[in-house]
Amino acid sequence: MALIRKSKQFKWRRKHLLGLRELSVEEITYILDTAKGFEQISTRSVKKAPPLRGKVVVNLFFEDSTRTRNSFALAASRLSADIIEFTQKASSVSKGETLLDTARNLEAMGIDIVVIRHNAGGAPKFLSRNINACVVNAGDGFCEHPTQGLLDVYTIRKIKGTLEGLKIAIVGDIAHSRVARSDMWAMTKLGAEVIFVGPPTLMPTQLSRLPVSVSYSLDEVIEKVDVINMLRIQFERLGGNPFPSIREYSHYFGLTVERMKRAKPDILVMHPGPINRGLEMESEVADGERSVILEQVTNGLAVRMAVLFLVNQAAAQGD
Amino acid sequence: MNSELLIKNGHVIDPANGIDKKCDVLIVDEKIAAVGEIEKSAQKVIDAAGKLVTPGLIDIHVHFREPGDEEEETIASGSAAAVAAGFTSVVCMPNTNPPIENETDVEYVHRKARQARKTHVYVMGAITKQRAGVELAEMGFMAEAGAVGFTDDGNGVQDPSVMLRALKYVAMFDVVTAQHCQDDSFAGNGVMNAGYYSTILGLPGADTLAEEAMLWRDVQLVKKTNVRYHAQHISTAGSVELIRAAKKDSLPITCEVTPHHLLLTEECCAEYDTNYKVNPPLRSAKDIEALKQAIAEGLVDALVSDHAPHLQSEKELEFLAAPFGIASLECALGLYVKVLLEPGILNWPALIRLMTEKPAKIIGVDKGTLGVGRQGDVTIIDPDAEYKIDVKKFRSKSRNCPYHGWTVKGRVEKTIVGGEIRFSAGD
Repeated sequence: MALIRKSKQFKWRRKHLLGLRELSVEEITYILDTAKGFEQISTRSVKKAPPLRGKVVVNLFFEDSTRTRNSFALAASRLSADIIEFTQKASSVSKGETLLDTARNLEAMGIDIVVIRHNAGGAPKFLSRNINACVVNAGDGFCEHPTQGLLDVYTIRKIKGTLEGLKIAIVGDIAHSRVARSDMWAMTKLGAEVIFVGPPTLMPTQLSRLPVSVSYSLDEVIEKVDVINMLRIQFERLGGNPFPSIREYSHYFGLTVERMKRAKPDILVMHPGPINRGLEMESEVADGERSVILEQVTNGLAVRMAVLFLVNQAAAQGD
Repeated sequence: MNSELLIKNGHVIDPANGIDKKCDVLIVDEKIAAVGEIEKSAQKVIDAAGKLVTPGLIDIHVHFREPGDEEEETIASGSAAAVAAGFTSVVCMPNTNPPIENETDVEYVHRKARQARKTHVYVMGAITKQRAGVELAEMGFMAEAGAVGFTDDGNGVQDPSVMLRALKYVAMFDVVTAQHCQDDSFAGNGVMNAGYYSTILGLPGADTLAEEAMLWRDVQLVKKTNVRYHAQHISTAGSVELIRAAKKDSLPITCEVTPHHLLLTEECCAEYDTNYKVNPPLRSAKDIEALKQAIAEGLVDALVSDHAPHLQSEKELEFLAAPFGIASLECALGLYVKVLLEPGILNWPALIRLMTEKPAKIIGVDKGTLGVGRQGDVTIIDPDAEYKIDVKKFRSKSRNCPYHGWTVKGRVEKTIVGGEIRFSAGD
């Protein structure tokens, strides 16, 4: 395919994309390079290419999502696939059907690729072991969100040229964040230094075994970093009372105009969306000149096209 | 006409009586009649040359799921599994559906066990009604009906004042109170141990503190009441410390361990295989070392299976949604041989003691030894016979066993209950 810049001797072999922890540097780079080839499709007058023509992609979403779901749907459609939308409410999951039965039924209809979002960590892996279709993880519990991690490093690489040697802060509810985990794996594999920032009550256990450093002070970190990724406070996942009030959280961990004055002039401000404006980030910063939040969304499309393309190709060659 | 069974030429291990030598055992009319060199013959003779002859094994922690979840296990299927694994007595936990919480429930289990006619089946009743941790269940009536202990197993009794009341009340009946130590406010919705693996797998973790906080609390309650207390399936290094200190203070506290907390670590959950989802969760290598050390020091009083059968369809779910439990009754002895005997942590008499005499004492039954006049419960073991654990051959109705395919030593040859051969290898 002329769009794809071929890396020497490398061949993509995975028919599932379950997480970034298991990917090599070479594999991550290959996806990013493939995405680069797809980026131009969205700027053409006819925004469609044929590689998934005749294939069926199902968006199997058990959790709410707007941008990821739409991004996958659009990516599949640009590659000429047919798309089935499946939501928990519209399905028989509420009637007690298991995840496995739901997936097997969909597969019996001739599905080629399942894009799954689920509240249980490991659900995509569980599916991949039990069905023949390709499985793409669109977010599982607080385990991984690999396409978000990929689009984040894609965005950084596009602007900064490389991740090698960059210092990147990921700020907020690390404990319940699949984005933080996927970012951590991708960014550190590509040579960046990652700092998790947030209150200790929102940090996962045994961080010492992860390839990151930890800071409880955004004020200390803000001056040092090349990229800052502000996570959304996920009120739906927070148990108990991990911080005393929103006001106090914003005081210590909000990205304000004031704090931005002390940041490096070429810092990139990222957010996986949707933003709680005024909570983790002030509107002026979200919409400011260092923000690349909308570029992330644009790049997400190219990355997801690349992922769908690659898993489908691996499935075709593997069987 | 008396019925006689003579077991000849075996290596008899009876820790309670200090016997560890080649000799014979004669059972007459359900009771042990003699142990030693027996010249006379009998109606029925078993040649046990090269085999170990031990008191019938006792497992004081099993789940036979009846009443309520008979598709997973019944008292009949569980009993058949028990004798095939060398167990002549088992203790069923009360977390059935409905729970075992009154004398009728206790009698129901006993009746089903009599009908099954395999192993002796004892039962622990619930401490609180519906195992909800609020109101005491009718422990007096249950004790009179033959309950050998009380526990809300599956749940810990959360409210300290309820637990204190339970211990005080049970003092009337001289029956042990057992606890599944788990402080829910620390355990949260954890489905595995809280640590590196729960972090990278994105699964909610239950901290070791959940177990230790409740055990610590209960130790204080026992100090106050001096009532017999048994900590079920301890799994952490911190729990070992608490038990060590309690025993040093001569408190009436006993504890048990399971094979999985000695053999498997949290790392086993890395592929989201739900056969490794168990409660308390699989912990770290450090915890395993502490538990082994505790066994070596004599701090552990019973080796149990915590046999927790589940259907394949229930385990074929996301890790988050699958039920807790491992079905391990039928390989428990082989697993303990592997993890305790082979590395030299225990020798045969010490291992047998933790599977016979000591657990019998905890539940206060007159079993677990080959003393003359005791019930004729005997297990004959081929200590060198290797076998491959095969879930397809289980008598249990369930197959949720992560040890499938493992090779272990120590095969049960015969299981004799009340002088009657209830299991023979190859049957």
